Amino acid sequence: MIGLLHQILSGLVTGGIYASVALALVMIYQSTHHVNFAQGEMATFSTYIALALIDAGLPYWGAFVATVVISFIMGAVIQIVLMRPMANAPVLSSVGVFIGLLLVFNSLTGWIFSYTIKSFPSPFESSRPLLGGFLSPHELGATVVTLAVLVAVYLFFRHTKLGLAMRAAAFNPVSSRLVGIRVGHMLALGWGLAATLGAVAGMMIAPVVFLDPNMMSGILLYAFAGALLGGIDNPAGAVIGGFAVGVIENLGGAYVVGTELKLSLALFTIVAVLVFRPNGLFGRVLVTRV
Amino acid sequence: MPKLLEAIGLHAAYGASKVLHGIDFLVEEGGVTCLLGANGAGKTTTLRAISGMVRTSGEIHFAGVRIDGRATEDIARVGIAHVPDGRGTFMELTVEENLRLGAYTRPDRAFREDLAQVFDYFPRLQQRMYQQAGTLSGGEQQMLAIGRALLLRPRLLLLDEPSFGLAPLIVEEVFTILHRINLEQRMSILVVEQNANLALAISERAYLLETGRMVMAGSAAELATNEAIRRSYLGF
Repeated sequence: MIGLLHQILSGLVTGGIYASVALALVMIYQSTHHVNFAQGEMATFSTYIALALIDAGLPYWGAFVATVVISFIMGAVIQIVLMRPMANAPVLSSVGVFIGLLLVFNSLTGWIFSYTIKSFPSPFESSRPLLGGFLSPHELGATVVTLAVLVAVYLFFRHTKLGLAMRAAAFNPVSSRLVGIRVGHMLALGWGLAATLGAVAGMMIAPVVFLDPNMMSGILLYAFAGALLGGIDNPAGAVIGGFAVGVIENLGGAYVVGTELKLSLALFTIVAVLVFRPNGLFGRVLVTRV
Repeated sequence: MPKLLEAIGLHAAYGASKVLHGIDFLVEEGGVTCLLGANGAGKTTTLRAISGMVRTSGEIHFAGVRIDGRATEDIARVGIAHVPDGRGTFMELTVEENLRLGAYTRPDRAFREDLAQVFDYFPRLQQRMYQQAGTLSGGEQQMLAIGRALLLRPRLLLLDEPSFGLAPLIVEEVFTILHRINLEQRMSILVVEQNANLALAISERAYLLETGRMVMAGSAAELATNEAIRRSYLGF
């Protein structure tokens, strides 16, 4: 019983990471109607930037904030330079750009920062286990940071004018322009925000899984499974899906398939959702009267 | 009345297919102008040309400034609100969010003040405030689209077939309110319609468009009594 509780709790901890990346995927999906395969590699690249800043002598939280800002700019620039010319391009062109981005970021990371596995510091260092040994300080701290970011993003989209305009621009660019919204700016902001979410997830998971250029490729699969499970067009659903996949992965790994086959659970989830419930658990079935 | 909008030798094309072949027209300040014509005559394209949604050549002047070639969002910002064909509803958002977006370029205070006025014209929107806009009926979506446009506090309102797909009673209601908006706010309106009877009833000036060329222009009364127009567009 205690063991089960432990598995569920640590599943929720990694689930928070999946939830952040899933939310980033959904944000890009809503405006482009494609999944950004490079989301994970962009996050890895950001995490390496954080490490470089820490190695250069910046305090942890200083490096954290700087990385968030740099990642935001990086995401926005990618949208402006690469995605904007693709606005009216056929599906395959956009998919090609996403795959190209994935390869570019993966190689760039290896080339600049080397392919050797590195350890990444945690700001929550201390060997004292918390909550009766259920969670390490890092796990608890990372979960708090992740949840804080998710809540902040939710409040931003729900309750600010800019957040509303960004949602409008993703849903209906033509009508958005007619009310004076600068749609191009909104899409660039969306990419910046998605890159930021990925960067935070990368910095929070790196102390656990160690840093290497392929760090996020598995995580991206889990996040994608989470996004599909919750509904690829529903941000809140994707977040819940991310947490659910974290728990499924941990429980399945501990009691069913063993840790070596954990990743197959993500693929299994993806296939199962697509076959039995293509809209996901909370996917919007858009109600329209004509 | 002074002229608010003027098009001179306006051409428009979608890719290689030309739709407008050098048309001239003007909209007077504070008046209602209607643009009549059959399906495919280029009415919707004319409105899209004004809003910078299609490639154009020729000149468009608004309040003494050339606006052709500008981006759509910049044209909205100089005070031209466009109620597009299909009504342009943000289906996924609530009625309140749709209205909020109408006032996007203006301060929050202005939104709250003008909202009361929109509810005065369309009381039904107030009841539907927190409903998903995609669930509204066609008539309600048309009212929402007009409300959204009014919240921009425009100097010129462009309306693309406000009667399209609506029950006759609702059409009459919408046109009555448009007439009120014109009278009470001195709002300048350019309306595109297939329902020539209704459009001419609230307009001062009228134009007739045929396959991308302006074939007739004059006061609404003149066009309404014109033999050819009566037979082709008014049906009596």
